[in-house]
Amino acid sequence: MNTIHEIVLNWGIFERMLAFVLLAPLVGGLLAGIDRKVSARFQGRYGPPVLQPFYDAFKLFQKEKIIVNKFQDFNIVLFLLFTIFSGALFFAGADLLLTIFSLALAGTFFVLGGFCVGSPYSHLGAEREIIQQVAYEPMIILVAIGMYQVTGSFKVSVIAQYELPLILYLPGVFAGFLYILTIKFRKSPFDLSMSHHAHQEIVRGLTTEFSGSTLALIEIAHWYENVLLLGMVYLFFGFNPWLAVFVALATYLFEIFIDMNYARFKWQLTFGSSWLFTAVAGVSNIIVLSLMR
Amino acid sequence: MGWFKRSPWVLHYNATSCNGCDIEVIVSLTPLYDLERFGIINTGNPKHADILAVTGSVNEKSRQVLLNLYEQMPNPKVVVAVGLCATSGCVFQDCYNVLGGVDKVLPVDVYVPGCAARPESIIDGILKACEILEEKYSQRKKTGYPAAKE
Repeated sequence: MNTIHEIVLNWGIFERMLAFVLLAPLVGGLLAGIDRKVSARFQGRYGPPVLQPFYDAFKLFQKEKIIVNKFQDFNIVLFLLFTIFSGALFFAGADLLLTIFSLALAGTFFVLGGFCVGSPYSHLGAEREIIQQVAYEPMIILVAIGMYQVTGSFKVSVIAQYELPLILYLPGVFAGFLYILTIKFRKSPFDLSMSHHAHQEIVRGLTTEFSGSTLALIEIAHWYENVLLLGMVYLFFGFNPWLAVFVALATYLFEIFIDMNYARFKWQLTFGSSWLFTAVAGVSNIIVLSLMR
Repeated sequence: MGWFKRSPWVLHYNATSCNGCDIEVIVSLTPLYDLERFGIINTGNPKHADILAVTGSVNEKSRQVLLNLYEQMPNPKVVVAVGLCATSGCVFQDCYNVLGGVDKVLPVDVYVPGCAARPESIIDGILKACEILEEKYSQRKKTGYPAAKE
């Protein structure tokens, strides 16, 4: 692991970006497959093969293209591009704030994709997605602020190599980040806008009008996003790479566990609880930190 | 490379069925039968679906809905008639209000018999449908895109 770490440290910015663009979908897809397998085992089922998300994506690329209007695919391609861009920036060790803002921009294009079609289910899903964004965005920015307070830099490369454990300074921020990670991973109880399970409520929400290869692009963007978010979990434990990777994976399993144990929240509760948790855990942590310094 | 066989997504529509077959379709998703181990997902969205599983003897009210759902599904697509009502109309076939079978409205590819159809036979039928899906895909690739309206 240490040798891998050193090799990565010796890479230039473009090599790291390329590594992210090529490897992240493999890791993300594999994680999604593990997710489905573990979820099935939680429910006492056998579950699909671990490579199932890749099979799904390959199949979707072979399906006929049905496009409702020409703006629909344009928005989704931009969603994918900006997700890749923010992930590549993050893994190249660039500015954490820029990563967060371009990820928010990617999410905005996704919402626009949902709004540009006529289906009421898609509109409802897009409205819920906006509420989710408003719910999680403050906490993500607090993560960057907290890390800046401890390390004195917004650069991911500096934060990742900071020798003191960030988690000891930012336990509240980490707890708040865990809370909103459930929204970002699109897990119950916060899977309001496009649930993987039970398509009955609003059919498939935001992705109702997307089919074939466009749907596959949405899935792939989600894989990229998941890897980026687990990378942000890594930063909290950057002082020890082994521990950091372990905690990132444990976080993912924890989110699956939460997913299996909760019914869906209403949007009021989603919004209220995440802002309350952001205030209690995140803001208070940052205030305490600024008083200590 | 046989991706359709590995990830068929099923849309289930109840065309005036008595709910017997519908319960059996849902049962095949439960831990005992676990359709998802074949990569099969029960989707609620025709635009995501590859297989249309229809139960019940179709009547005039459900006819248009069925056609709508079928036309919204992207090619290649397969129709599975689940249960005796869907295959032939069963005991209702002489009723004045019943069309008597899905094949009066749509081109059916697989007929699953049984009243109500057993989960085992439903799974069998859907896996059979996967093979037809593969065939349809390779035909589409060879002959180019067939006309959307049949």
